[in-house]
Amino acid sequence: MSPLWLLIIILVLAIAGFVLGRARALASVDDHRELHSRPTYYGINVAMLAFVPAALVLGAWMLVQPLVINVMVSGMIPEDSYADAGALSLIMSDVRRVADGLDLAVSAGAMTEAEAGSISTEETDIRARLGEVGVALGSNVEPAVLAAAQRYRHLAKTGRAIMSGVVVLIAGAGFFIAYRQTNGQFRARNRVEAGILWLLIAAATVAVLTTLGIFLSLLFNTIEFFRLYPALDFFTRLEWAPSFSGRGGASALGILPLLWGTFYISLIALLVAVPIGLFSAVYLSEYASATVRAVAKPLLEVLAGIPTIVYGLFALLTVGPLLVSVFGEGGLLGVGWMQGGTAVMTAGLVMGIMLIPFVSSLSDDIINAVPQAMRDGSYGLGATQSETVRKVILPAALPGIVGAILLAASRAIGETMIVVLGAGAAARMSLNPFEAMTTVTAKIVSQLTGDADFASPEALVAFALGMTLFVITLGLNILALYIVRKYREQYE
Amino acid sequence: MTDVADRPNGRRSLHDTDRHTRRRNAAERRFRLYGIAAIATGLIFLVVLLVSIVWNGIPAFTQTFVTLQVELPEEKLDKSGTRDIAVMKKVSTFGYAPLVDAAIAAALAEHGIDNPFDKAKKLRAIVSASAPAQIRNAVLANPELVGTTQEFRLLATSRVDGYLKGRVTRESIARDKNIDAEHLDIVDALRDAGVVQKTFNWSFIFGSDASESRPESAGIGVSMVGSFFMMLVVLALALPVGVAASIYLEEFSTQNRFTDLVEVNISNLAAVPSIVFGILGLAVFIQFAHLPQSAPIVGGLVLTLMTLPTIIISTRASLKSVPPSIREAALGIGASKMQTVMHHVLPLAMPGILTGTIIGLAQALGETAPLLLIGMVGFIASNPPETFVDGFMAPNSAMPAQIYEWAKRADPAYYERAWGGIIILLLFLLVMNIVAIVLRRRFERRW
Repeated sequence: MSPLWLLIIILVLAIAGFVLGRARALASVDDHRELHSRPTYYGINVAMLAFVPAALVLGAWMLVQPLVINVMVSGMIPEDSYADAGALSLIMSDVRRVADGLDLAVSAGAMTEAEAGSISTEETDIRARLGEVGVALGSNVEPAVLAAAQRYRHLAKTGRAIMSGVVVLIAGAGFFIAYRQTNGQFRARNRVEAGILWLLIAAATVAVLTTLGIFLSLLFNTIEFFRLYPALDFFTRLEWAPSFSGRGGASALGILPLLWGTFYISLIALLVAVPIGLFSAVYLSEYASATVRAVAKPLLEVLAGIPTIVYGLFALLTVGPLLVSVFGEGGLLGVGWMQGGTAVMTAGLVMGIMLIPFVSSLSDDIINAVPQAMRDGSYGLGATQSETVRKVILPAALPGIVGAILLAASRAIGETMIVVLGAGAAARMSLNPFEAMTTVTAKIVSQLTGDADFASPEALVAFALGMTLFVITLGLNILALYIVRKYREQYE
Repeated sequence: MTDVADRPNGRRSLHDTDRHTRRRNAAERRFRLYGIAAIATGLIFLVVLLVSIVWNGIPAFTQTFVTLQVELPEEKLDKSGTRDIAVMKKVSTFGYAPLVDAAIAAALAEHGIDNPFDKAKKLRAIVSASAPAQIRNAVLANPELVGTTQEFRLLATSRVDGYLKGRVTRESIARDKNIDAEHLDIVDALRDAGVVQKTFNWSFIFGSDASESRPESAGIGVSMVGSFFMMLVVLALALPVGVAASIYLEEFSTQNRFTDLVEVNISNLAAVPSIVFGILGLAVFIQFAHLPQSAPIVGGLVLTLMTLPTIIISTRASLKSVPPSIREAALGIGASKMQTVMHHVLPLAMPGILTGTIIGLAQALGETAPLLLIGMVGFIASNPPETFVDGFMAPNSAMPAQIYEWAKRADPAYYERAWGGIIILLLFLLVMNIVAIVLRRRFERRW
């Protein structure tokens, strides 16, 4: 029985439980006012007990079964046929593909069930047979793989059958218990509300699970990477040159050039965004009339709503060529600093534009939070508005503004699309901002979207880069939140 | 105004400004000017960005077509004369290509235009490589056409299309192997004769992506469908989970370790770079759970996790804005805590929640980086999904991923498509944001 059908069965059981439970509660009393809870709660109670435990078991089973079967079947592959764990996982994915192919062949009617269980590589060309039903296999099927695939199918089928039985049994049991409990005195509402509360808590846990998922998936793959490539080299080497042949060891995977590119681009972005954003925020909160504010603020915030792919294209096709025509060979200035449109300057400038509303709206909030009394005190002493801003408001708002700038920096470091399209692909450490450089995020994309084998250091390095990025941005965010929170405590 | 020194008794009027005050006032004016300049710069950037999008993108919405009378001779297309589809299928698109050449030559002769080429094949460079396939499909759909002369509206190649739009010039094709200046002369003459026409390009909006060599037939429609299915997943998962989490945190939780942990996690997730979510999706959904690569369901799951913090933050704000008196009144007449929240607080907070959800969806719609890692680029999204389930499980692209894909291709004709795709993407975002604003204006209650 497929999981979808199982789900439908327990859903039907739950609906039946709702109707029957409600009817039983109503029938158990002469007047429905004698019931402890409203009749619907009795129905929901039965439906809940029929559905939730069964659905949980179904979900957990589907998660665990492939893992268990994988372990049981991988023992069948002769140990001398693979070199390491990576090669084994490749063989196992072959096994799964053959097993899926056999399933498909049976369901398409190209093979009988008995035939799928008994064919061997000597008699039939499995690859050709499976090719007929549309399953493409990379190479001819090894006898061990076929045997493993047949065992895999057998175990999966048995597992499924047991699962169906267990799930239906649990759903039935839940239904039966809740139905038996149902009478006028039973406190159905309390149980239903406790159930809903658990549901709410489970939803809140998703955030924690996501962070955990991010952390674990980065961690395991990073450890795997450091087993193949020395960590010291990764953090200290000044060269980034992955080999494309997929041979480990031949690559130079030093993170420093990437970090340099990342920080250089972020620095230029902040040099653009911070002055413009800060002055805009000061003007909008201290000088601008209500009308100007009502028009200019949302317009600036439009910049924040534009997807980064748009900025990336803008950098690649508009800003890059524009900069080349000014700073490039034979350009307006005739300096010839710039060779191509993709450069640190291109990406930094466009990223700066993207960050303007980020800096301005955060600073705006912070400046507005400075108490009016401080302004009034400053005016009372005869200071002009600009003196008040420079000598009173900005110092008072400084921790918050620093926090905002740190958040903007973390956004700049994690930005991907602009640098993928606008910054170039060459990893180098140079001071010339008109040269193409690359960043951590751009290399994550290029290492994981290339053809590199997933178990090779060239692909796994992306996870180590991701881990570095995650740690840096997390550190910046925590620092920023800490500074902002500390500042807030002073005034509230 | 008189200077201080002019007064003999050394006293000065309060209305006079001394040098120090003038300097302070000048500094004040400068400071104000800096502010105006900063805002003006920001707005200029916005205008430049929008103008450059519209300017570069509008041409993608028109397309050059060549209307030709194509003769469909029986001896070439159906030698047996039986009109049997199975037999006619044996004639491949290569068999149809000469018909196109002949049709162009006929059009030239009809309008009295010189044909500078000695080989008929060379004329083919004017129409798209998809033209023979278009004719073949029409013939196979209706075998009765064989033996007649039919009018076909064929796509022009991207070079010819670019020439009419001003992107391709005679100088720029000097080293182009695909087209010669003679072709452009022919196109000029054919345009005057009305054979070559530029019309609105519906197939860009509704069509599918094409291979690298045929920019003229690439459209964004299929990836739009991919984005739609991804948004369905996000809506179906992020809204209920986000609202449930917010209700717990805002209405039921007490200050304890668990709540603190959840709060810290939510504020951190809101600031994690989007590419990291892509790595999560790759490792968990594809490597671990073996969900199909490039499928909208994986994209939707990743975007759900990304959108959750946005939805939770806005939902909590709108739950907070419902005044305590509502809760107290409900509790006072005997409702349980859960009934109070579900029957009274939640419905009152709904407009705010929906607004936040739409804004979260708009963010998710434009997000590209995580989609790159789960494989939504690098292939050609050529077929719309056939069934509803396929919509979630079959490989597809998404609008921003498609735009990125086009931006990476070498042919400048694809840049035009990328800009055009951005216009469509921004239109969607605009509509979503307007809906959110209208919802807020219309239903927001001030207590």
